[in-house]
Amino acid sequence: MDVLLLSRLQFAFTTFVHFIFVPLTLGLSLLVAYMEFKWVRTGDEVYKRMAKFWGKLFLINFALGVVTGIALEFQFGTNWARYSAYVGDIFGSLLAIEATLAFFLESTFLAVWIFGWNRLSPKLHNASIWLVALAANLSAFWILMANGWMQNPTGFVLRGDRAELESFAALVSNPFAWQQFVHVLFSAYVLSGFFVLGVSAWHLARGSNVDFFTRSFRIAAPFTLVFALALVVQGHHHGSTVAKFQPTKLAAMESHWETMNRAPQYLFVIPDPANERNLVEILPIPGGLSMLAYHSFDAEVKGLRDFPLEDRPPVMLTFASFRTMVALGFLFPALAAWVWIRRKDPQSSPRLLRTLPWVIPLPYIAIQLGWIVAEVGRQPWIVNGIMRTEDAVSAGVTLGQVGFSLALFGLIYGLLVAVNVFLLMHHGRKGPKSSRSKEDDAQGQDADPGVASQGSPA
Amino acid sequence: MLEITWFVLWGLLWAIYFALDGYDLGLGTLMPILAADERDRRIMYNAAGPFWDGNQVWLITAGGVTFAAFPATYAALFSGLYTALMLLLFALILRGVSFEFRRKVDSERWRRVWDYCHIGGSFLPALLLGVAFANIFQGIPLNAQGVNEGGLLDLLNPYGLLGGVLFVLMFSLHGSLWLGVKSEGPIAARAAAMAEKLWLALLVVVVLFLISSAYFTQLFDNYMNNPVLFVILLLAVLGLVQARVFLGKRSMLKAWAASAVAIISVTLFGVIGLFPALLPSSLDPAYSMTIANSASSQLTLKIMLGVVLVFVPLVIAYQAWLHVTFGHKITDADLEYEEAY
Ligand code: HDD
Ligand code: HEM
Ligand code: HEM
Repeated sequence: MDVLLLSRLQFAFTTFVHFIFVPLTLGLSLLVAYMEFKWVRTGDEVYKRMAKFWGKLFLINFALGVVTGIALEFQFGTNWARYSAYVGDIFGSLLAIEATLAFFLESTFLAVWIFGWNRLSPKLHNASIWLVALAANLSAFWILMANGWMQNPTGFVLRGDRAELESFAALVSNPFAWQQFVHVLFSAYVLSGFFVLGVSAWHLARGSNVDFFTRSFRIAAPFTLVFALALVVQGHHHGSTVAKFQPTKLAAMESHWETMNRAPQYLFVIPDPANERNLVEILPIPGGLSMLAYHSFDAEVKGLRDFPLEDRPPVMLTFASFRTMVALGFLFPALAAWVWIRRKDPQSSPRLLRTLPWVIPLPYIAIQLGWIVAEVGRQPWIVNGIMRTEDAVSAGVTLGQVGFSLALFGLIYGLLVAVNVFLLMHHGRKGPKSSRSKEDDAQGQDADPGVASQGSPA
Repeated sequence: MLEITWFVLWGLLWAIYFALDGYDLGLGTLMPILAADERDRRIMYNAAGPFWDGNQVWLITAGGVTFAAFPATYAALFSGLYTALMLLLFALILRGVSFEFRRKVDSERWRRVWDYCHIGGSFLPALLLGVAFANIFQGIPLNAQGVNEGGLLDLLNPYGLLGGVLFVLMFSLHGSLWLGVKSEGPIAARAAAMAEKLWLALLVVVVLFLISSAYFTQLFDNYMNNPVLFVILLLAVLGLVQARVFLGKRSMLKAWAASAVAIISVTLFGVIGLFPALLPSSLDPAYSMTIANSASSQLTLKIMLGVVLVFVPLVIAYQAWLHVTFGHKITDADLEYEEAY
């Protein structure tokens, strides 16, 4: 156990927890804004209740995204002081821009949205949640430009004892970072889509608030399908960007040991990193890997053995995470297509309704696995090719200090995640508030007694 | 020149953060004293309700700007104060979720738990920020590598602790004045009475703090060399006095604004005294983090200046609009509002 290892554990743990909440914020903010927009345009009260119900789940999730985010911002200084001093010129400015451009907008207009139902005109009120959605996606842009710079540093010069900015334009047009940005957004939308579908299906299976949840289902169905399909296509491009800028990571993702032309893509592989080979390789697609990585069946793909041992990332974890993510990536469009077919009358397929709540965790898993690929696959570098992770850790911080903070993070985050899951399930199952006023959609009331009986926590 | 501009902006961002988050941290700190029942507690939560998150982003920005404009200072400061910052972080985390969570389950015990988190999570940041800034004013034992050789307990020296008390009192006064703005009836009267007591205590501590600053720190050197700077101290005193005058007339909003001026001036008093250092070393002035040895490249400073000059005024404008739109007194109708905390 040393400070480096504990700091890595702490950073990984806290970013993972942050990223439990981030994707739902990115996608659900858009869906809620759209639902409220439908209310503003049609005057149909069901849409207003939809915005309020999904908005409540959004807010529970959002609170945790905010508080876990601050922890990350602090940690670059506390645990990665040498990194911060080395790259702050570039990396620090991206974080500061994120806060000034996005976080202020997000927090201020979310407050307007929460407290403004009776104080603003419906149009203005709706505008505030659109601003929140815009700001959330903007914050993703800036933080991913920062992360993308660590993956593929651009627009800088090494001067004296640090990296200095040379071209801001190169920084924000980093092709790797853009792939990450689009990939993260699409994956967040898929996650949010399946979240809405899963909760809606749970209620539809019980016949509660049928009209309300059928409409929610219909809004989420095309959204999910479009982004699930787009994710596969774009993910492939993302892979070829990795091949271009991080060939070591690509080799680890594929557990590809020998440099060769016409590299095959095996459908099933068991790596054996200790002996620098694969134990099992079956079902080859000839030239498949060359094709995927370089768009040509004949291209040469470098193998891990051609990279010095000290420059290779952990193979097993990178490989297994990538495989599983991609497998899920192919499953999602299939599921979304099933949803699409049944979108007019989801209750016509009880099996679909039973399946969808169980799908909710899967995109969460895929997203965390994706980050493992990106971050573990980048090792041993903290800034690819420029700075090693072991050189980045704070010099003055002691084992006791990091041990203490890691233990407390474990305790507090563990509790918070548990409370969050409990609250989401509690309020997700309780369903929307029953509509007592007359102008509300009569159909919305059809199953209110049923809601009450199912309103108790699990 | 760019470095000096950034030094001023750096101090200003921290000062604005204290003047804004100060009042909601103060509200949380005073909750056990000012709230008699559940209704009072809800008034106090909702007095901070629409504002606390936006206020807290000033902390993220102040931290982010330290990172962007003075990376070496950010590195030395944040790793040097490791444990204190982690405690600050955990406190802010628990306070942040308490708003969202406490009314999500209808149970007395559940609410009590989040109330404790809220109170502790408001008091501790006020104290820690005060201790941290007093220690920055005083200097910490930074060595040639920019590593703090002291530990957590070294921060708890007399001057550091006095800084902690100063911040707790400043924020509490600021919070009780804001409660006066946002509430009416008995709780508003209690808030005003509390503000009067806090004001007296604060006056004593401010005087003590200034005297000890002369004794424990080099802050006054810049003022002696350049007496025109004493204007900032004058402003602090003026803000404090005006706060009491308006409080006496029960003009709570004006009193609150005067208290904001006092908080900003007190912060700037320290920051100006530090110049050109951002984090002085108590071992050897050569080891201090200064604008000369810790600033970012000219290009980064220029770009960031553009960003800040365009967007910070915009932020101030829409946050001011937020305060105006939701600056009304909290009534029973507001508490029945479905989304209220
Ligand atoms: C802006 C920068 C940035 C962003 C957006 C992320 N990371 Fe990261 N990550 C780092 C910057 C970083 C880092 C500072 O570079 C670390 C710390 C130690 C290291 O090696 O890289 C790191 C390490 C790190 C590790 C440990 C790898 C190892 O030590 O082997 C994991 C598992 C993750 N991260 C996961 C994530 C997840 C789940 C993220 C989603 C939010 C994420 N990262 C976003
Ligand atoms: C490791 C780097 C990261 C840092 C330092 C960081 C920092 C922060 C901070 C300080 C906040 C709180 C803002 C507030 O109070 O409103 C926050 C929230 C947020 N972050 Fe991050 N973040 C990181 C990674 C990411 C990534 C990779 C994304 C998106 C792809 C992201 C998206 C968001 C979003 C959408 C929020 C809004 C709150 C929420 O999640 O519900 N963050 N982040
Ligand atoms: C066929 C489908 C997919 C392919 C080909 C694919 C490809 C990739 C590649 C190559 C990376 C690594 C990029 C890097 O090293 O930075 C990656 C990362 C990632 N993936 Fe996927 N992916 C797919 C599906 C998914 C799905 C379904 C999700 C989640 C719902 C997802 C979420 C992520 C995330 C969050 C990252 C880390 C951020 C990033 O680097 O972009 N991916 N993906």
